Amino acid sequence: MTTATAVWRKRGTAALGAGAPVYALLAVLFAALALTNPDFYEPDRFLAFVKRTAPLVILAAGQYLVVVSGEFDLSVGAVVTAGVVVAAELYGSFPEAHWLVISLALLLAGAVAGLANGLITTFLRVPSFITTLGMMLILEGAVFYWAGGSPHGVLPEDFRILGRGSAFGWLPWAALACLAAGVLAVWLMRSDFGRTLIATGDSERTATLSGVRTHRVRVLAFVLSGVAAALTAILVGGFSGVSAQAGRGYEFEAITAVVLGGVALGGGRGSVVSAMAGAFSLQALFTLLNLQGVSGALESTVQGVIVIAAVGLGAANWSRLRRTRTRSSGGTPS
Amino acid sequence: MIRSRLWAPSALLLASALITSCSSDIPPDSPAGSKGAPDSGSDGKQSKFFDQAEYKKQLKLTRAAPEGPDGKPWEQMIEPKMADTAQYKKKGSGGIHLCFSNAGVFNPWRQVGLTTMKAEVKLHKEISEFTVLDAQGKDDKQISDIQELTGKNCDALIVSPNTTATLTPAVKEACGKLPVIVFDRGVETDCAVTFINPIGGYGYGAVAADFLIDKVKPKGKILALRISPGVDVLENRWSAGKAAFDKSELDVVDVKFTEGDPVKTKSVVADAISRHGTIDGVWMDSGATAVAAVEAFEDAGVDVPPITGEDQQDFLQAWKDKKLTAIAPTYPTFQWRTPVIAALKILDGKQVPKKWKLPQPTVTEDNLDQYLKAGMPPLHYAMCGCENLPGFPEAWGKK
Repeated sequence: MTTATAVWRKRGTAALGAGAPVYALLAVLFAALALTNPDFYEPDRFLAFVKRTAPLVILAAGQYLVVVSGEFDLSVGAVVTAGVVVAAELYGSFPEAHWLVISLALLLAGAVAGLANGLITTFLRVPSFITTLGMMLILEGAVFYWAGGSPHGVLPEDFRILGRGSAFGWLPWAALACLAAGVLAVWLMRSDFGRTLIATGDSERTATLSGVRTHRVRVLAFVLSGVAAALTAILVGGFSGVSAQAGRGYEFEAITAVVLGGVALGGGRGSVVSAMAGAFSLQALFTLLNLQGVSGALESTVQGVIVIAAVGLGAANWSRLRRTRTRSSGGTPS
Repeated sequence: MIRSRLWAPSALLLASALITSCSSDIPPDSPAGSKGAPDSGSDGKQSKFFDQAEYKKQLKLTRAAPEGPDGKPWEQMIEPKMADTAQYKKKGSGGIHLCFSNAGVFNPWRQVGLTTMKAEVKLHKEISEFTVLDAQGKDDKQISDIQELTGKNCDALIVSPNTTATLTPAVKEACGKLPVIVFDRGVETDCAVTFINPIGGYGYGAVAADFLIDKVKPKGKILALRISPGVDVLENRWSAGKAAFDKSELDVVDVKFTEGDPVKTKSVVADAISRHGTIDGVWMDSGATAVAAVEAFEDAGVDVPPITGEDQQDFLQAWKDKKLTAIAPTYPTFQWRTPVIAALKILDGKQVPKKWKLPQPTVTEDNLDQYLKAGMPPLHYAMCGCENLPGFPEAWGKK
């Protein structure tokens, strides 16, 4: 009986990977949402939820790449804000610009910000915590200086469709963007890049000795995180329009989502799909709290508890506990 | 690809702990999802910020007719008690050096205000120098700013305090050296020659609530959206709104904080619609996220109910384009013109009211076109009284 359970458990964890807990959590949250509000699963309500969550999911995928390589990216929230404000200012100066041009410009700018983060972290050996914190402050200050606290442009409807509108009249573009980002991330993690990225996060020295160019891998992770943040900016700007605080708090939400997905801080462990599921869980939890009538002010408290608990639980040494349990049960006469 | 360390059970435990802890906040007799279960709000109790006397006074001021020139609300005053200023009359010739200690320009309202004040200064040739120090929202910086300005040969000092209590000693000290004009937020001393502000938060909140009481059918469900708790002006707006709703037949089903974030506002409104089925009116304590709230109704595929906003350009534009049933009470940015006018009067020895109460006009269906100017930036505040000032509209950000 015990052996059967162990085997079943082994198979179960093997099938789901490191993210098993997050899927269970997601299932529990979705069940709680269904109990709180049966309408939640009406197609349009659920798709609206997906639309709302898509930016965070994409951001979490980007953050995952950086975290699994052993670093942090705290600048993503500021990149989102900067992206929205820059788009508004660009439209202020060139009202006739095509949305595709503006979007590509934003993605490029996000890549440049990520490139700067990556180069400074790897080649100048500034810890990523400091590099990206500095980048966050630089961008926040620059945005404030440029826009003077209130952006001047308006985002036109065609730019906003990606974040607000739906394909075929029912499927939100944001959900498609989220799906595309997910497929791309899974493909990336299965490619050589993904394997070397995890190897780098697991042990930089071993990776270097095995011939991995760890600097290049990490810089690429930062670049992709920057691009993900820029894509998030396009979705957020589209969803809710111009705001000088569009990305506020997103960096911590993204890190919370990644941690919730069972990805080890410090790198080397975790799957990107679990990180994205972590983002869904976090948004589901916020929605649940909101529907339960819990004050929004508690959101950050909940987030703090989750981050500490998830990292603490992940780091605890469960194997010792299990061994003790096995020994005591073995000693019982049958 | 990586083996789990089996924290599934613990994570589940955490999740269930979180959920139970959250559910326990709900009174047992009002299951979530049922209608008529306000989180806070219509329980008849008022917040500790509620000041009955001040509330009554503001409602009375709202109805009073202001004195002063028509069409120039920034020069008008309500029920003034004039004070003598002969002692401050500037002796000798030469230009006036006007100084201003600003709490900061950390939001669009203050940005529009400062631009308006600078333009007002340009109107007066007798002002030869205008020094502005920006405290960037920090009390300690503003205290040292005020001390620095008192030693700079300023003829008069305008102060827009960052916080009330902390700045009081610094303002008191400055009063001993030169005429001081305080505006927007007050300080706990009446040593300033004049204190300029509009009627206030109670007037604002009451106008918005009365509009909904008029437009929404009895038993209608009202969603109240607030920025954040604990800010006195915003608390006053809500407590006046709440006082009016408590007396009405409307049902305030939710009172939510949005932190001024449009993304969060959309989520809150969408959740409220799904939780209560319909929302028949939206009361807001400020307009920054009014457009996001409007869009949330559109995205949910329902009609936008009567809604209150503020005089931001984007809301006025949406109001006109979408033919909303709306009202926009204001905390007028034209009050930034008044301190300059007051300073010149004081230095000329003319009387000014000790408490200069400015009117607080409301944008309604009838005068919307008068305030909505095409091409202004989305976060421009229309009640700036700045249309005839030098540099309009480019200096206010029109492209």
